[in-house]
Amino acid sequence: MTTAAVVVRRRLLPSGGFARFVLRRLVALVFLSLGITFVAFVLTELVPSNAVATNLGEQAAGDPAAVAAFKHHYGLDKPFPVRYAIYLDHLVHGDLGQSTLTHGPVTHDLAQFIPATGELALYSILFASIVGIGFGVIAALRRNRPTDHVLRVASLAGISMPTFWIALVALYVGFFRLGWFPGAERLDPGTNPPPSITGMYTIDALLAGNWGLFVQALHHLILPALVLAAFNVSLLTRFTRSAVLEVIGNDYVRAARAKGLPERTVVLRYIVRGALPSVVTVLGLVFANVLTGAVLVEKIFSWPGIGQYAFQAAVNVDVPAIAGVSLFVAVVYITVNFVVDILYGLIDPRIRIT
Amino acid sequence: MSLLEVEGLRVRLPTTRGLVTVVDGVDYAVEHGEVFGVAGESGSGKTMSMLSLLGLLPDGAVVEGSVRFGEHDLLRMPRRRLREVAGRELAMVFQDPLTSLHPMLSIGRQLTEHVRLHLGLGRRDAERHALASLTDVRIPDPASALRAFPHQFSGGMRQRIAIAIALACRPKLLIADEPTTALDVTVQAGILRLLDRLRRENDLSVVLITHDLGVMSAIADRVSIFYAGKVVEAGSCEAVLSTPRHPYTRALLDALPHPEGLQDKPLVAIAGAPPSPGAIPSGCSFHPRCAYAQESCLHHVPPLVAMGDRLLACPIDPLVER
Ligand SMILES: Nc1ncnc2c1ncn2[C@@H]1O[C@H](COP(=O)(O)OP(=O)(O)OP(=O)(O)O)[C@@H](O)[C@H]1O
Ligand SMILES: [Mg+2]
Repeated sequence: MTTAAVVVRRRLLPSGGFARFVLRRLVALVFLSLGITFVAFVLTELVPSNAVATNLGEQAAGDPAAVAAFKHHYGLDKPFPVRYAIYLDHLVHGDLGQSTLTHGPVTHDLAQFIPATGELALYSILFASIVGIGFGVIAALRRNRPTDHVLRVASLAGISMPTFWIALVALYVGFFRLGWFPGAERLDPGTNPPPSITGMYTIDALLAGNWGLFVQALHHLILPALVLAAFNVSLLTRFTRSAVLEVIGNDYVRAARAKGLPERTVVLRYIVRGALPSVVTVLGLVFANVLTGAVLVEKIFSWPGIGQYAFQAAVNVDVPAIAGVSLFVAVVYITVNFVVDILYGLIDPRIRIT
Repeated sequence: MSLLEVEGLRVRLPTTRGLVTVVDGVDYAVEHGEVFGVAGESGSGKTMSMLSLLGLLPDGAVVEGSVRFGEHDLLRMPRRRLREVAGRELAMVFQDPLTSLHPMLSIGRQLTEHVRLHLGLGRRDAERHALASLTDVRIPDPASALRAFPHQFSGGMRQRIAIAIALACRPKLLIADEPTTALDVTVQAGILRLLDRLRRENDLSVVLITHDLGVMSAIADRVSIFYAGKVVEAGSCEAVLSTPRHPYTRALLDALPHPEGLQDKPLVAIAGAPPSPGAIPSGCSFHPRCAYAQESCLHHVPPLVAMGDRLLACPIDPLVER
């Protein structure tokens, strides 16, 4: 085979190109993660708090042997690079230190609170994506008609109203006035959670075959998940609308119609597909919004998630907990970015090559 | 009987200033197996007059007149049915091959989906059909081309693929809207030769839109010259392009760099700009730019009438060789 033929063959093989594309992104991911652990480590180093006293308590801090053991365990008596290496070593062994507030290991706390937030975020993001993208497509297809105007006003309202306000109104109306939804917690008081597998009650309840518990958990989720989704539905509606409008005038859409394809195929395969890259970009944003919004929504709905934990840690200067939460949030962010990158490649073949 | 008969076609498009007429009473017919050329400056309504046949005008457009295609009355058909008929028997190739293929769908997908729909072929048969189509338009290595995406091909190759897609269901009429404008000259010739060959081999009629009269004279049998939404001169390609009689056709030819036999003449740009729809001059819409304009041209819209070997919309007829 001539070299030219090899080059052509290589460029025409989407799978090989895609594997390399994913690999490159993965390598970048590893370096990013390392950088983030470094930042998290420096954070714990910089905060001017007496780590010995806060971690051991006043009494043990008076005992030189305990202090020495503590310092040795966390390497506080070693130079900076060694301390970082020790931190990394502890990290891979799941040791993020003790929370000064709960007096438990931070990893244990995270494992307990993350699924609650994860469940809330999951439903919120699912709802926002389906409804937001759907509304955006409909608004674009019906542009300048009544449906479009209604959706535009609604999404403008959703974007302009602060989440805390939406949360309070939802709580007041849905819980206090109408009594349709519970106002707090993940389950009714006195109910035992399902056997923990994922930590997400709806999923665990389904896995345990406990239909009633599933419904109850879902019932508790609806209000906070909707509140958390409100801003993102609006955001997605607006972005999807303009992305679809950009695609809709393209010659390739005209060409699809000229081929006599049914309108449904033209919309789904040609128009929505063409708008997906921009939509995926916004989905990354939506993830970030949900994470930040969770702190507020969890506080208002007494949802025992990572947002509440972070809030408590922050007001009590619980440095190991703050560092642990920061690490978690950072990992979520880079993972989301990684997934978005991969999605780009899956959606748009032009990106795989470059 | 002609394959396509267009009578009194009028297209109005919605704008912020209300409906604006962009095609204003156009008549023409396309015979079986011929190449019918449509020429005219940018904005003269060439594309819109073609899109109206396929029901592809922008939302809110108003179309009047009648269009008969075979036994079908295209303008009085339910939209759904028009899509079906036009999708199978009337094909269109667009001006810019870089934007007329979907960048995220494989060539195979874009080349088989309508074939499966209209010809009722299964996946395997449709793929075999697609391979044949690609071979037909001379795409090297058609098997890997099927799995490739548009960005992996050059502009000329993409236009070949677009033509293969358009012709895959063996339509009776191909509308090629400036199929070579976006391509460089050497590639242009290849595409035109390809169109000409496909037409001869497949008993296909072609409407070729272009503002390049050189291209036109090379392959068209008959031509219509559009100006501001109207036909100003029509007839056999040879008659119209070698002895133009409408001052606008003359001006178009003079604006050509090196039309055959006219190398000694100086290059002349057409004075002024074409009128924008909604601000069409009274009377003959060409009169503000016409060197021969008279008082009567300002007041009377010249009808398109038979004048010897052609149709002409200029009662003054200043260029006739008497
Ligand atoms: N969506 C639209 N809404 C309103 N007016 C339009 C629209 N699209 C095109 N027009 C106008 O309609 C007129 C005819 O356009 P058309 O595309 O048919 O011209 P054309 O002869 O094909 O020109 P070109 O050689 O540049 O392709 C132009 O003046 C253009 O400005
Ligand atoms: Mg055009």
